[in-house]
Amino acid sequence: MPQPLNYLKETASQTAGPYVHIGLAPGAAGFKIFEQELGTDIAGPNAEGERIRVEGTVFDGAGAPVKDVLIEVWQANAAGIYPSPADLRADQVEEGFRGWGRIISDFDTGLFSFDTVKPGGIAGRNSRRMAPHLNLWIVARGINIGLNTRMYFDDEAEANAKDPVLNLIEQANRRGTLIATREMRDGKPVYRFDIRLQGEGETVFLDI
Amino acid sequence: MKQGEIHRPNAREASGEFFQRDRRIHPPAYTPNYKTSVGRSPRYALLSLQNSLSEVTGPTFGHSDLGPLDNDLILNYAQDGEPVGERIIVHGRVLDETGRGVPGTLVEFWQANAGGRYRHKKDMYLAPIDPNFGGCGRTLTDENGYYYFRTVKPGAYPWRNWVNNWRPAHIHFSVFGPGFVQRLITQMYFEGDPLIPHCPILASIPDAEALEGLIAPLDLNAAVPLDSLAYKFDIVLRGRRSTLFENRLEGN
Repeated sequence: MPQPLNYLKETASQTAGPYVHIGLAPGAAGFKIFEQELGTDIAGPNAEGERIRVEGTVFDGAGAPVKDVLIEVWQANAAGIYPSPADLRADQVEEGFRGWGRIISDFDTGLFSFDTVKPGGIAGRNSRRMAPHLNLWIVARGINIGLNTRMYFDDEAEANAKDPVLNLIEQANRRGTLIATREMRDGKPVYRFDIRLQGEGETVFLDI
Repeated sequence: MKQGEIHRPNAREASGEFFQRDRRIHPPAYTPNYKTSVGRSPRYALLSLQNSLSEVTGPTFGHSDLGPLDNDLILNYAQDGEPVGERIIVHGRVLDETGRGVPGTLVEFWQANAGGRYRHKKDMYLAPIDPNFGGCGRTLTDENGYYYFRTVKPGAYPWRNWVNNWRPAHIHFSVFGPGFVQRLITQMYFEGDPLIPHCPILASIPDAEALEGLIAPLDLNAAVPLDSLAYKFDIVLRGRRSTLFENRLEGN
């Protein structure tokens, strides 16, 4: 017998359930308990870069909106720096920029939206630059383990064409499922990003 | 940027790649006995990525994010008294797969009250709301990865899956870790609960050892005599390599 490796095993995931809001967004569940809820302001007032809104709906395999979904966003700032000790340039991030947010869909319509700044391109592996993107993590009733995906921007076509992750998607016609569509509304850029959990137009999800 | 007050590893220590997730021990997306998963599970395979800066980084939290009673569910929603139910302490460590404690990380938890009723506008179960119980809390692990909170033991509750499905008593947990790819939501169950083998959500876990890893043992040593019982629940997040070789994460 060789020596044992003695690694622990990761704790198994379980669904967040229909009442995930109680713990992670109690105001939406219908009561106030914490002095401050977390994840309500991704970029903070000092963040540089273009202020944007992101909107979308998560659809199930029947094409119906998922109205009890919770999404977390993790992103770099406009200079492409993450506010994390693992980013060597983190001390350059603006005061108050969290880079992280927590978004829930509307209980009646399933529409989600959030405000942030558009991230910059990010240094990727082996000197390959990644196009600007948001990292998304999706949990809900019926989702046994959180789904990871990325949202890219359709006005970054040149960077997207060279992006090492988009180019890993073998079926080129599925790459578009990760690219949000820009429109202007009342002078403000709004990116539409729908997520399809299953079936036609199924969003590409990642094992990261 | 906002920094937590607890010591964090330096950038070199913190930038290693994470061990791949062993998806054979986690529930797969499609578990038809848990009916809602049928329409909410992707049909295509996941796209596997090597870690980049987007994966090895993650949000940080500090004590200024929390309130003083956030880890005490006996008191954090008390209106004119304390909640009804079996008083318990839940405690344990957040570790990674190498066995090291994960310091300064955010742990959040939520649950039903002693009668199995959630304080949520969508919960219509006939068991009553407890006016003194909110049902959620959060805390940061200490420098050794240790956390604890005080609450009442939740009750079982029925749900519309099969005609007669009841969830075992459980507490939902949300845990971060320093990398966004460690993000984990799970549920803690209680030792000896006879509903455990009947639950399709628990049974979505294909690995028996992984399933048992969600069951918290009674911990009499941590009980407070004449006050509260205790359960111990350790949580293991993905580990990470500390050495980088020729594949550099960053373009430099």
